Order: sequence, then C-alpha cells, then structure tokens
Amino acid sequence: MTVNLSVLIDPLFRLPFLTGLTFALVLPVLGMYLRLREEWLAALAFAQVAAAGSLASSILGLPPQAGALTCACGAAALKGWIARTGNNGYALLMIAGWACAMLMLANVPIAEHLGHALFDGQLYFTGIGHLAIALLFLGATAALLPWLSRPLLLERMFPDFFRASGLPALRYHLVFDLLIAAGLALATSSVGVFAAFGLVFVPSMIAYRIGPSWRASVAIAAGSSLGAYLVAFAAALLLDQPFGPVLVITLAGLAVSGWLVLALLQRRAATNLTAAS
Amino acid sequence: MDDRCYLEVEALSAGYTHPVVGPLSFSVRLGDILGIRGPNGSGKSTLLNAIAGSARIFSGRVVKRPGLRVSHQQQGALPLNDVPLSGRELLGLTGATGESLPAWIKPCVRRRLDRLSGGQLQFLQVWACLTAPVDLILLDEPTNNVDPPGVQHMAEELTRMRSSQAAMVISHDQRFLERVCTRVIDL
Repeated sequence: MTVNLSVLIDPLFRLPFLTGLTFALVLPVLGMYLRLREEWLAALAFAQVAAAGSLASSILGLPPQAGALTCACGAAALKGWIARTGNNGYALLMIAGWACAMLMLANVPIAEHLGHALFDGQLYFTGIGHLAIALLFLGATAALLPWLSRPLLLERMFPDFFRASGLPALRYHLVFDLLIAAGLALATSSVGVFAAFGLVFVPSMIAYRIGPSWRASVAIAAGSSLGAYLVAFAAALLLDQPFGPVLVITLAGLAVSGWLVLALLQRRAATNLTAAS
Repeated sequence: MDDRCYLEVEALSAGYTHPVVGPLSFSVRLGDILGIRGPNGSGKSTLLNAIAGSARIFSGRVVKRPGLRVSHQQQGALPLNDVPLSGRELLGLTGATGESLPAWIKPCVRRRLDRLSGGQLQFLQVWACLTAPVDLILLDEPTNNVDPPGVQHMAEELTRMRSSQAAMVISHDQRFLERVCTRVIDL
C-alpha cells in the first residue's frame, strides 16, 4: 500500500474537513449534557431516526437533510410531549428507526446507495451547503447552550428546584431535545450514523472520568474529540478507507488508551501508598 | 395572604400511593424557622415534598405567596453518578454565595463532588440551598454526617438569614432544632 501525503492538502477535501471539524467540536459538548440526563442512548436513537427520515426523503424526491431533520426533531418533540425520562423511549426509537431504514433499503433500489452512505459516512462528498448548515448549527448551539446549561445541571442536582418555586423546566428539556435531534440529524447526513453517535458518546465518557470540574470536562470532551477527528481524517485519507469506521475506531482506541493509563496511574498510586505505610 | 406570609398549609393530607402525613395546618411567615420533628415514618420528608410539589396532596391545600422562590435540600446524597461537577459549580447552580463559606470547607470547593467525603458533600449541598437567593428554604436532616463545626456554621447562617427569609427544618438533632427554630411542629 502506497501512502500519498499530498491528499492531506488537496483543496478537494477542505470543505469536508471543515464540516466534520464543526461536528467534532459541537457534538461532544452536547454529549456531556445527554450523559448528565443519563440519556446517552438518545444519540443513537436520533441518528437512526434521522437515517430513516433521510432515506424516506430521497425516495420521495425531497432533500435528504430535510427528511432527517424533520424525523429527528419530530421524535424529540414526541418524546418531550410524552415527558418520559430515561433510555426506554430512545431504545424504541432506535430499533424503529433502524427497522424502517432496513425495510426501505430492502424494497426501494434508489435508497440503497444513500443507505450505505448514511451508515458508512459520506463526509468526502459534503459540499458548501453541508458546511453552511453545520456552521449554522454551531452558532445555534453556542447561542442556546449558555441559556440551557444551568437549568439542565440544576434540575439534575436539585430535582425539586424549579417545581418548588413553580417555575417551568420543561421548556429547557424540550429545546435541548430539539437541539440534540437536529445536531444528530445533520451530523448523520455528513459523517454517518455511528460516527455521529461516537462523537456524542466517547469524548463525554472520557471527560466524565477525568475532568476536574464541569467546565474543564466540557473542554476535555471537545479537545479529545477534535484530536480523534484530526487523526481519523488523516488516517482515512492516507489509507484510502471510509471515514466513519476509521473515526469510530480512533474514538474507541482513545477510550481504551485512557482506561489503561488511568488503571496504571491508580495501580501506581496504590503501590506508593502501600510503600509509604 | 399578606406580604409577610410565605406559606399557608390548610388541613393538608399528603403521601404517595396513600396519605402518610396529616391533616396538618400551619403557616410560615418571614423570619420563621419552623422545626419539624417526629419518629421515623411519621411523614416529615413527605410534608416537605408536598410543599415542594413532589408528593401527592390527597386533601387540603398548600398556598404559596405568588412568586415565592423556594430551595429544597432533600435527604440523602446528591445524585452524582460520576457527574464531574466541582463544589464551586454546585454552589453557583443555586446562585449561592461562596463568600461566607467557613474556612474549613473552602479548600474543598475546587474538587469534584464525588471526590469529597460524605460530610463535606452534605455541607455543600445544604449550603447551596441555605445561601441561595430564595424566600423559603426547606432543609431535610441538614446535620446528617456533618461535624460539629459544620453544624455550628449552619446554625449561624440560619439565624442570620431570618431578617429576609424563612425556613422549614427537619432534624433528629434535638439541640439543633432548639437552637435555630422559632417554633417546632411534632408529627
């Protein structure tokens, strides 16, 4: 296998690189709040529903991103209306989304190509439209998250705080649900189902383990995600591999390396403590 | 209900699947620190939960002054589950001030909550509710696991806040109730 380093600076890949970079920055931050609500399965559920919506749209001759966005946000609104917390609702959405997508793939030939692209990730085929939408989403998240952060954390640590004062908390959850659904719908269209899920799930898992505070943990999640993304993007291009699976393997490798380093540090600390006593 | 009356409880009977406390009637006014004592299972926590809105009211009613801001420290440890929140960030969530924190706990506020001892965590949880910018403070066994200096600081803060707030305090610590409360209800 020959490695062609010039592809890394090829202008052809600049827009895909920036689109993926935007999602690699924003999804882990949202993942921190999903994990806070113990609803990390939502990431996979919304990604699967978005994939099904995208396929349905392409069959109907509509823009795939519109279908992904409509279905994912519809699922978020339905979940918010039912007002159930936990992962049960998301598990149902996930298997229903997967089943619908598989049935469309099996029965409609036109959906097959897009289906593979959605599940493998089609980052290299994204254009200026994808980047513009990703940047718009980044802006929306940057504007909404400062308003959402304190209520979401407060509700988690002091569940009675809003209710006791007669203040409405549902609006914060509904806006966050819509934000995460929109993010996953858009990211699924660009990086694929499991890469989007991985960006939400893995960096926040690492940050929860090692972060000294919430603010620092959010930075750790975003930083580790960006690092993994850069490595995966370069590796996928240099080795001529599909981007989605390479990113997922990189994220998984990062998580396992983190566990090993932590285990070694803890073992060393325990040994030092025994020696000192 | 006049401006100085924060809360009126009228013939309240509350519980979850069935009534466990009541009927009870009382009011809480500005400057009141109402102690609640009684044996295990008498419904002390249920009473506070009913006022906070998380227990079911079977009969009677709870009337709060319009716009009343309430903080509620619930019994037991915070639901941390590895959430990487520092002590300072916890205080910031309720709008509590860290300035009046006692010197012995100040070094702890930079650490993650799940790295603190049970007593340190309990104190910060109580302090977050006690010094929050609210009108009525509900405290459920605030002195649990807390060393005497911490209990002393809680009592001082409760006494200090009486000029602008009111509180309801559940405790098995008879001396604490006698020291801080303006009156006590026995269940």
